[in-house]
Amino acid sequence: MISSNLPALQVVVPLIAAPVCVLLRRGTLTWLLAWLASWSAAAISIVLLIRVLDQGTISYALGGWLAPWGIEYRVDAVNAFVLVLVSLVGAVIVPYARTSIGAEIRSEQHYLFWTAYLLCLAGLLGVTITGDAFNVFVFLEVSSLATYILIAFGNDRRALVASYQYLIMGTIGATFIVIGVGLLYLMTGTLNLADIAQRISEMPVDRPLLAALAFLTVGISLKLALFPLHLWLPNAYAYAPSVSTAFLAATATKVAVYLLLRFTFTVFGKSHVFDDLPYGEILLALSIAAMFVASLVAIFQEDVKRMFAYSSVAQIGYITLGIGLANTSGLTGSIVHLFNHAVAKGAIFLLLGCVALRIGQPALSQMAGLAKRMPLTAAGLVVAGLSLIGVPGTVGFVSKWYLVMGALEKGWWWLAALVLLSSLLAVVYVWRVVEICYFREPSKDLATANEAPLSMLIPAWVFVIACVYFGLDATVTSETAATAAKTLLESLR
Amino acid sequence: MNILDFINYWIAMFLLVTGLYIVIARGNLVKKLVGLSIFQTSVYLVYISPSKIIGGTAPIIVPGMSVYSNPLPHVLILTAIVVGVATIALGLAIVVRIHEAYGTIEEDEIHAQDQGTQ
Repeated sequence: MISSNLPALQVVVPLIAAPVCVLLRRGTLTWLLAWLASWSAAAISIVLLIRVLDQGTISYALGGWLAPWGIEYRVDAVNAFVLVLVSLVGAVIVPYARTSIGAEIRSEQHYLFWTAYLLCLAGLLGVTITGDAFNVFVFLEVSSLATYILIAFGNDRRALVASYQYLIMGTIGATFIVIGVGLLYLMTGTLNLADIAQRISEMPVDRPLLAALAFLTVGISLKLALFPLHLWLPNAYAYAPSVSTAFLAATATKVAVYLLLRFTFTVFGKSHVFDDLPYGEILLALSIAAMFVASLVAIFQEDVKRMFAYSSVAQIGYITLGIGLANTSGLTGSIVHLFNHAVAKGAIFLLLGCVALRIGQPALSQMAGLAKRMPLTAAGLVVAGLSLIGVPGTVGFVSKWYLVMGALEKGWWWLAALVLLSSLLAVVYVWRVVEICYFREPSKDLATANEAPLSMLIPAWVFVIACVYFGLDATVTSETAATAAKTLLESLR
Repeated sequence: MNILDFINYWIAMFLLVTGLYIVIARGNLVKKLVGLSIFQTSVYLVYISPSKIIGGTAPIIVPGMSVYSNPLPHVLILTAIVVGVATIALGLAIVVRIHEAYGTIEEDEIHAQDQGTQ
C-alpha cells in the first residue's frame, strides 16, 4: 500500500509537515519534525531511484484520476536523480541548521523558518516529480514564495531588498512559464507533459509553438540564473542566512535546470521547433559568457559569500553548456554536474556558515589566518574549492571531463579549450581564499575564535567528503547521469 | 483576418506589457508590485478567452443545451489567482519590513543608503 504510493508521499510528507510546524510553534519540536520529514523524503527518493533504475519509468495517477485527465506523477531516471539530490541535501542540512539559525535568527521565529524550509522542500520535490505542466507552475510558486521568506530571514537589512528583487524577477519568470504552458495548452488541449510532447510532434511549427518555447525558456532561465538573467542571485545568496544560502545554492537552481532539461528534451524534443532555430548555439554562447564574466566578477568580490554566489552563476554556465551540446557526453556532464556542484557549493556555504557563527558574515580580509584558528573549516574550504576548479580527484573533475569529451565529440577544440581556460579563473578566486586563510596571521576578529561545534562541522564535512568520494569513484553518479542523459536523448527525433 | 477577432488577446498583451513597463520604470516598491499584479492578471485573460465558447453555457448538463464552455482553464486560473494573491501579499509584507529598516520605499533612496553603509 505505502510502497505503491511513494511518489505522492515524496511531496506530501514535507507539505503536511509544514503547517504542522506552525501549530507546534516550539523551536525544538519543529526542528525534530523537520528532521523526520526531510529524512523520510530522502529515504523515499532513494527507494524511487532504485526502483526506476531497476524497472523503468513509474507513472502514478494522483487521486486515481488517470493521465491525461488527472495529474500524473512521472518518475524516470532524470527526475529520480534530481529528487535524490534535493532531498539528500535537504536532509543533511537539517541537523546543521539548528545551531546556525540559533545564531542568525531570533528564536521565536525558528518555527517559521522550518515552515518555510519544509514548504520550499515540498515545492522543489513537487516541481521535479510532477508530469503535469500546470502543476509545475504551482509547485514552482510554492517553492519560490518559501525561498523569498528564507532569504528575508537574513540579519542584514539588505536581505530584505534582495528578497524583494528576487520576488519581482522570480514572479516575472513564473508568469512567463504560465504563458508558455498556456500557449501549449491552447495548441494541444492537454496539460500532461508526455501528452503535449506526443501532440506537438505531429504539428507543423507555427508561431504559438515558437512563442511557447521562447516564454518557457526565458522564464526557466530566470529561475536558474542563466547569464544575463542572474541579477537576483548574488545579493540573495550573499545576505540570506547561511543555511538558506547553502540549501538554495544546492537545490533551487538545480531544479530549474531540471525543468529546462524536461522542456527542451522531453516536451519539445520530438517536434520540429528546433529545426531552424539556433537554440543550442544560443545556450552555448550564454553559457560561455556566464563561465567567463561571472568568474571574472567573482575574482573582484570582497564579501566571500558574494564571491561564491558569482561562482555559482559561472558553474551554472557549465551545466547549461552540456545542455547546449546535446550529445550523450555533454548531457551526462551537465546532469552529473548538477550533483557535483550541489555538493561542492553546499560544502562551501555550510563552512562559511561555520565562520559566520564565530565572527559574523566574513569579508575576505577578516578570514586571514583562518587555518590557524579553524583548521577543519579551512581545510574543507580548500577541498571544495579544488572541486570548483575541477582538480582530478574531486567531483568537479568528473563533470568537466564529460563536458570536454562532449565538446571534442563535436570536434569543437576551441570549446574544450574555453572550458579549461575558464577553470583557470576559478583557480584565481579559490587561491585568493586559500592564500588569506593559510598564509596570513590571524585577523583580530579571529583572535579568539575556535572551531564551530560538531553539529555544524559534521554535516559540512559530509559534503566535503562527498566531493572527494564521488570524485575518486564516480561510477554511481556518472552511470545514473548517463542513464538519465540517454532517457532524455531518446526523446529527441 | 479581422483585428477585432482577437481583441481579447490584444488587450491581454497590452496589459502584459503595461505591467512589465511599470515594474521596470517605477522606483516605488509598492508601485512595482501594482505593475507586477497587472502583469500577472493579464495572463488570466490569455487562458480564459479561448475557453469561453460564444453561445456556450456553464459546464453543467441541462436539457436543451449542447454547447458548453471549457471549465478547465477557469479552474487553472482560480489556482493562478490564489498564487498571485499570495505573491503580492508576500511582496507587500517585505515592503513593510523594508520600510521599517530603511524608512523609505523608494528604490534610489534605498540604494543610496546601502552605498553609504558599505
